[in-house]
Amino acid sequence: MITGYIEAFGSFFSCFAASAGRLFLFFVSGVHQIFSPPFQTGKVLDHIWFIGAKSVFVILLTGLFTGMVLGLQGYYTLVTFGSEAALGTAVSLTLIRELGPVLGAIMVTARAGSAMAAEIGVMRMSEQIDALFTMQIDPVRFVFTPRLLAAILSFPLLTALFDMVGILGGYLSGSLLLGINEAVYMDRVIHSVKMADILGGFFKSFVFAVVVTTICCYRGYYSHKNHQGAFGAKAVSLATTSAVVQSCVCVLICDYVITSFLV
Amino acid sequence: MTPPFIQFKNIKKQFGTLKVLKGVNLSITKGQVTVVIGKSGTGKSVLLKHIVGLIHQDSGQLMIQGEPLDRLSKEKACRFKNKTSYMFQDNALFDFLTVYDNIALPLKETAQIADPVLQQKVHARMKQLGIEGIDHKYPSELSGGMRKRAALARALVTDPEVILFDEPTTGLDPIRKNDVHTMIKAYQKQFGFTAVIVSHDIPHIFDLAQHIALLDDGIIIFEGAKQDLLCSDIPGVQAFIQGKNSMGHE
Repeated sequence: MITGYIEAFGSFFSCFAASAGRLFLFFVSGVHQIFSPPFQTGKVLDHIWFIGAKSVFVILLTGLFTGMVLGLQGYYTLVTFGSEAALGTAVSLTLIRELGPVLGAIMVTARAGSAMAAEIGVMRMSEQIDALFTMQIDPVRFVFTPRLLAAILSFPLLTALFDMVGILGGYLSGSLLLGINEAVYMDRVIHSVKMADILGGFFKSFVFAVVVTTICCYRGYYSHKNHQGAFGAKAVSLATTSAVVQSCVCVLICDYVITSFLV
Repeated sequence: MTPPFIQFKNIKKQFGTLKVLKGVNLSITKGQVTVVIGKSGTGKSVLLKHIVGLIHQDSGQLMIQGEPLDRLSKEKACRFKNKTSYMFQDNALFDFLTVYDNIALPLKETAQIADPVLQQKVHARMKQLGIEGIDHKYPSELSGGMRKRAALARALVTDPEVILFDEPTTGLDPIRKNDVHTMIKAYQKQFGFTAVIVSHDIPHIFDLAQHIALLDDGIIIFEGAKQDLLCSDIPGVQAFIQGKNSMGHE
């Protein structure tokens, strides 16, 4: 009975260690290939289009409603203390420091991260990745590096967009619907946000870009090595699910760790 | 005596508890067409994948011109792999790239070639294989035979010295099968590459074969010329050729 538990724990731990090792090597190899010529400018631009440009609408939509909800909730909380004038500060700092980078990353994970895992997973299952290997093309360079670079460039820009639209959403609900003075709202936004807050938010979005892209591409790349022993369509579906779940969890964990250093 | 170009020496491979290769010994001569036959699931593709490094043996040695592949210098191993092409059973064409981009990919990614030269090489291969004019089509828009030819064009575009064919005629009708065999035969004659073909397309594949190996239950039970195979008295050989199930336990 006890040996069974020990065996199960050992097996789980060795699987975890092997997976962590593979993930680390995958990441290092992908980063190394960023600096190896010839540079894959065309492919990076294609992925910026897919990860960045095609995510703009969903970022605008979520940013706007997040800001509007913050405006509503913030107003009814602050009004009980008679400090509703601080709504601009509350909305802008919450968005720029936390919600912009985190929700932006989670939305891009849902839209582009899942697609990355599925696309690479299908390539694995249909032997396209093996074909790259036999053609002496580094598969990690081919499938991961351009996506990583594109995400590093796209995530901060999407975060900035999320922040701006969110502040606008807070203005719509706080000033236009609930009657806070527009000049006061905007004045609080302008004077309470420091450059350190903006840079902190960008740093978070940079880290989230690396985390999300690495996990999603890794899950697709190794979709044939899953603990359930699934193959084919089932393996791709497992890879996609675990890519999204693990990316979101890691984004939240990283957010806490970075915030604890930045505060 | 010159060592064989590629030689399997007591290669063993198992996946989990399943022993696939149980000590394979096989010699492949340069410039010849070697055909590996055997029942489905006996490890023919696994055997082939060892040559390109997609699978590594648990024990035994894979020799390239007398030197173990895993002990070749990085430069020599790279040169060997650069000269080797692999044609997958299901073609493994990139479904998000057009036919032209699929064929051009190995040259685009590994060689610094000017665009006009690249176009010329790709179009020359497409013309040779009778698939000109479909540059902008995607693999999903092609018939099975066209896909096979596109995959063969991609395998040939780098002017390889060794081409490994993993069941090149699977899923094709008899006419297309014959076309693919004729094509491989003609190009092997024209370009002189070493071909290793995994197939169970018997007896048609014998027309191509200069050397035949029969894999059964993880070992090579026959290796030699077509004539020797046809009159071999090794247990199971004749039954396999005639399609009778007396070999192994399947």
